[in-house]
Amino acid sequence: MIISVNGEEKFLNEPPVSINELLVVSEVESPEMVSVLLNGKVIEREKYEDTFIAEHDEVDFLYFMGGGSR
Amino acid sequence: MRDFSLEQLERYSRHILLQDVGVEGQEKLLDAKVLVVGAGGLGCPVALYLAAAGVGTIGIVDNDTVEISNLQRQIAHFTKDIDVPKVESAKEKMLAINPELEIRTYQLMLVADNIRDIIRDYDFVIDGTDNFPTKFLVNDACVMEKIPFSHGGILRFDGQTMTVVPGESSCYRCTFRSPPPPDAVPTCSQAGVLGAIAGMLGTIQATEALKFITGAGSLLTDTLLSFDAKTMNFRKVQLKKQDNCPLCGQSPTITELVDAEQAVCSL
Ligand SMILES: [Zn+2]
Repeated sequence: MIISVNGEEKFLNEPPVSINELLVVSEVESPEMVSVLLNGKVIEREKYEDTFIAEHDEVDFLYFMGGGSR
Repeated sequence: MRDFSLEQLERYSRHILLQDVGVEGQEKLLDAKVLVVGAGGLGCPVALYLAAAGVGTIGIVDNDTVEISNLQRQIAHFTKDIDVPKVESAKEKMLAINPELEIRTYQLMLVADNIRDIIRDYDFVIDGTDNFPTKFLVNDACVMEKIPFSHGGILRFDGQTMTVVPGESSCYRCTFRSPPPPDAVPTCSQAGVLGAIAGMLGTIQATEALKFITGAGSLLTDTLLSFDAKTMNFRKVQLKKQDNCPLCGQSPTITELVDAEQAVCSL
């Protein structure tokens, strides 16, 4: 199964893959600091477990970024 | 129309030469009011460029005083300014660049109780804050008051920004629902930031403000622009208004401002 993660093609060989599993496979170190977009739709954290990725899906991991002042 | 003095025509000549700005655009800038939240890494370059550009009224909010560790990136503050309130230090440099501006300083913490009254008077707000509770507070207050703003964040070698025009584009909460748990936010000692990144992102935010005021080009609305300075890869991610956004969605659950726990990290 070919999907896109942050704009780059990624091959997954054992579907089905949930958002949770994709976060692990993608080595996202702190998922709490990430917002997940699946085909442009924000997936709520409670739904990571039972939201599955399908062929050609586009997933974006968007990082919370603080900083600025101080 | 405003009468430009000879000095103003010279000072702003490189703007006036631009087809998308011109005399009309410069006039809009002189009439504009922009609030810069945070006089730190992002707020400093933003404030200096807005002052140089001739944004007529600039407000600047920050409760801190200058520390030596700020000087690596907060370019409006000089070594002589250590222990001086950041808003005063920034104001001094802004007026040194452009003495004809009105600079309003707010040496305070923005909280649920004061933010709406402060931002209400401005045309555009720059979020250059260092912590998530305040970032969300700025988003919520700007959406409620229908004031466009630029979100900005930097960490290590990375930066991100988006522009929010309430009522037209998606808000920060559409994509980033709620502040991350404080213990997940990289701590002061773990994180760090390459100083020049603040300039890279801050000048993008200042540019968005100038574009909004003059109407030039198209804004970073519904767009998260992020970069990784290690590779110099820039990426735009298309965002959209989310029906289930707790603030601007179809059945909002956030209808008034509340102060969240502050977990401030000295970035
Ligand atoms: Zn929203």
